[in-house]
Amino acid sequence: MASTDLHDPDAYVQNGRYDVDRHWRELVRQRRLYTALSLGILLVALFASLWFANETNAGKFFDRLPHFFDFVGGMIPRDGWEVWRALFDLESPYYDGSFKYDYPDGRVYFWGTWYIPEYIHKMVETLNIAILSTLIGFIFGFLLCFLAATNLTTTRWLRFFVRRFMEFLRAFPEIVIAGFFLAIFSLGPVPAIIAVSIHTIGALGKMFFEVVENADMKPDEGLRAVGANWTERVWFGIVPQIMPNFLSYTLLRLEINVRASTIIGAVGAGGIGEVLRLSISRGHEAKTLAIILLLFVTIVAVDQLSAWLRRKIVGDQAFQFGA
Amino acid sequence: MTLSAQPLSAAQVDEIIARQPDVFRRPFHKRFAAPLAVAAVTAYCIYAFWFFSIGQVFANGNWNIAGTYLADWVSYEVRPDIEYRDGEIEVTFPRFSPLGENPDPDWIETEQGTVTVIIDRPTDNSASAAPASGSFMSPNSDATFTADDNALGGAAPVAAEDAVVTETRLGIARALVTINERGTIDVTPDRVIVTRYNGSLEVLIDRQNEQVLVEGPLPDWATQREPGAKVFVDFGFYGRAEIRHREVKVNRRFLGWENFVFDPASPYWGLGFGEVMGKAFGPPIEEGRSNFGIMWENIVYNAEWQHGDVWIKLLQTIVMAFVGTLFAVLIAFPLSFAAARNITPNRFVNQLLKRFFDFLRSVDMLIWALFFTRAFGPGPLAGISAIFFTDTGTLGKLYSEALENIDDKQREGVRSVGAGPAAVQRFGVVPQVLPIFASQALYFWESNTRSATIIGAVGAGGIGLKLWEAMRTNQDWENVFYMVILILIVVFIFDNISGALRARLIGRHSG
Repeated sequence: MASTDLHDPDAYVQNGRYDVDRHWRELVRQRRLYTALSLGILLVALFASLWFANETNAGKFFDRLPHFFDFVGGMIPRDGWEVWRALFDLESPYYDGSFKYDYPDGRVYFWGTWYIPEYIHKMVETLNIAILSTLIGFIFGFLLCFLAATNLTTTRWLRFFVRRFMEFLRAFPEIVIAGFFLAIFSLGPVPAIIAVSIHTIGALGKMFFEVVENADMKPDEGLRAVGANWTERVWFGIVPQIMPNFLSYTLLRLEINVRASTIIGAVGAGGIGEVLRLSISRGHEAKTLAIILLLFVTIVAVDQLSAWLRRKIVGDQAFQFGA
Repeated sequence: MTLSAQPLSAAQVDEIIARQPDVFRRPFHKRFAAPLAVAAVTAYCIYAFWFFSIGQVFANGNWNIAGTYLADWVSYEVRPDIEYRDGEIEVTFPRFSPLGENPDPDWIETEQGTVTVIIDRPTDNSASAAPASGSFMSPNSDATFTADDNALGGAAPVAAEDAVVTETRLGIARALVTINERGTIDVTPDRVIVTRYNGSLEVLIDRQNEQVLVEGPLPDWATQREPGAKVFVDFGFYGRAEIRHREVKVNRRFLGWENFVFDPASPYWGLGFGEVMGKAFGPPIEEGRSNFGIMWENIVYNAEWQHGDVWIKLLQTIVMAFVGTLFAVLIAFPLSFAAARNITPNRFVNQLLKRFFDFLRSVDMLIWALFFTRAFGPGPLAGISAIFFTDTGTLGKLYSEALENIDDKQREGVRSVGAGPAAVQRFGVVPQVLPIFASQALYFWESNTRSATIIGAVGAGGIGLKLWEAMRTNQDWENVFYMVILILIVVFIFDNISGALRARLIGRHSG
C-alpha cells in the first residue's frame, strides 16, 4: 500500500496508476484461477464419465477396438453390384433361398409388373411420417404460439400455462409416446407420427412465440386504432411479418424430423429405420449398404432443398443460429 | 366507423388503385397464396390419410386397453382370488403380490360359519379332469363349454352319489370385499351379491353343474357372454371382478406406486417413515451389517422398481450426452478454423473439411448408433460415439460458418502490431466467436440429453433401452412413468443450467 500524498499531483497519479495496475493484475489472477478451476472440474468430470461409460458398457473400449475394423470389413458385400440390386430389388445371382439375397421379395407392386423397390417405399414412408408430423406440428404450434407471446396475450396465467404445456410436449421422451401408441395400435407408422408430431408442436411452438415477441407492433397498433379484434390483429398485423420466419423454422424442423422419424422407426414404428436395424443385426451387408446409401442421399437432398427454400424465403438470416 | 365523412368517388378510388399496384393488382400466386397453401395441405393430408390408412388404424386401435395402461401409470392392482370350489371360502393372493406374503388387507372381511365341505373327491379320471379344463377353457369358447357341460351332466351326478364325501363343519362361510365406498362384493359359496352405486346384482353359483346364473336383469356394468358362463363386473377405475363357478377373481386398483421404497422382502417394508427410522437406529437386524447399509441396499435393489439400475442407466444417458458433445466440441473447434475460408485460405482444405462435416452429419445419428452398437457392444460407448460423430459434423459446420462471418477489423488490428499467426487467432478471432461457440455447444448438450434417450433404445446405452423393455411387456407402465419423471427432471435441470450459462455468455436472455 503506497501512501498517497494529496498535495503532490504527480505522486497521486503515479500511485493511482499503481493501484489500477495492481487491481487489474489481481483480477487477471482471479480469472485465471477460475478458468483453471473450471477446466479442472471439467476434466475430472470427463474422465470420470469416460471411466463410467467404459465400465458399464458391454464391451470394453480397448478390448473391442481391434475388432472394430473386423466389423467394418464384414460390411463389405461380395460384389459391388449387390448394393445396386438390393436397392432396386433386382434378382441376385447369389440367391440361395435365404433372406440375405431375397431382394425381389420386397417389391411393392402398384401397376401390373411395375413396382416400387422395398427400401424406396420405406424411405417414402419415413419421409411421409416426417412431413405429416411437421405439418401437424406447424398447425398446432401456429395456433398455440400467439397465446404464449407477451405482446399478444396479456393474461398471465394463460401465457404461463401455454408455455409450460409446450415445454412439457418438448421434453416428454418421444420414445415413450411411440411405445404407448404402439401398445394401442400395434406395429405401424402411426405411433411414430403421433410421437414426432407431439414433440414438433412443442419445439415449433417455442420458436414461433419467440418470433412473435420480436415482431414489429406498429401494424398491430394501427389495427387496434381502427377497432380490430384480437383475431384480426393477429391475422392482419402479425402473421404477414412473421410468416417467412415461421416457414423457415418449419423447414429446419423438417430436416430434424426426417432424422427423428428414422430413429423412431428403428425402435419398431416402421419406415426405413426398422429395416436398417434388422439388416444390420442380421448381417446382410449389401442390404445395409443400400439402405445407408439411400438414407444418406435422401437426407442430403432434404437438407439442400430446405436450405435453398429457406434462403429464398428469408435470405441469409435463415442461417444465423437459432436455438 | 362513425368518423368517415364522405364515401370516395369512383375517380378517387381508381386513382388510389392506380397509385398502389402492389396492393390492388397483385399476381395470382400472391393473391391466392393462403387458399392455395390450404388446398395443398388438405390434399397432402388426404394422401397421408390414405397412405398410412389412418382411419383403419384408429378404428382397430385397442382403445379399452389404453385406459388401463394409462391408469397403470399412477396406480396398481391387487388381485385376490376368492375360491369356493370345495364349499369353504379361501382367499388367496398370487405370488409376488404387492401386499407381500400372507396379506390380510382390511378391505376383505371374512366371516366364520357352518360350511359343507367336499373332503374327498372321486379319483375317477373323467370327473376330476373335466372341471379343471372346463374352468380354464370355457370362458372363451362355446364349443368347449357345451362339451364340458354335457360330459358333466352325464358324469357328475353319478360321481356325486358314488364318491364325493362331504362334511359339515365350522369354516369361513362368507367374504366381503369392499371395492370403494359404494361398491362391494359379498361372496358366499352359493351366492355372490355385487353392489355398485345404487344397483346390485345377485349371482347364483351352481358349483355342481359349473354354472353361473344371474338373478334378474343384468345391469350395464356387468357382462356375461352366454347364460351360465362367467360374469364380468366393472367398477371403472377402482377395478373389476370375474365371477366364475369356482372362484371370484377380484382386481382392485389403488392409486399410487406400490412398494416404491422397500419391496416386501425388505425388513423395512410396510413401515412408516418414523418406524423405519426407529428400526434403523434400533438393534441390528443382521449380524455384521449396519441397519442403514441394509436400508440403502433394500432401496437400491428394490425388485419391482430397480432404483439402482434405473439411476445408473439415467447417469449413462447424461454421460453420453456430456462426453459426446464435449468431444465433438474439442474436435470441431480446431477443424472449423481449417474449414473457414477466411482463416485458412486454401480452397481444397476448406472444401474437403466441409464435405467431411456434411458426411458426418448426414449419416444419421441412428446409423452411427447401430454401427457402434455392433462394434462396441450395447452400452454408453456406442451412444457417446454416435453423438460425437454426428455433432462433430453439425458443430463443425456451424463453427466454420460463424468464423466466416467474423469482423475482420480485429484481426487486422492485432496483425498490425506485429502479432504472429497464432496470436492473431487467439486475440483477433477467438474472443469474437467464443461466446457463440460456447452457446451452441451448450445448446447441443441440452438437446443431446434428450436425443440420448432415444438412441439408447436401439442398444446404444442409457435409459432408452430400459424404457423400451418396460414398455414392451405392457405390464410396467408405472416404471415407465417413474423413468419419464426422472428424465423430465434431468432435462428441466439441464435446460436451466444451459439457459443460465448461455445468458451469461452472450449477454442476453435466450432461454
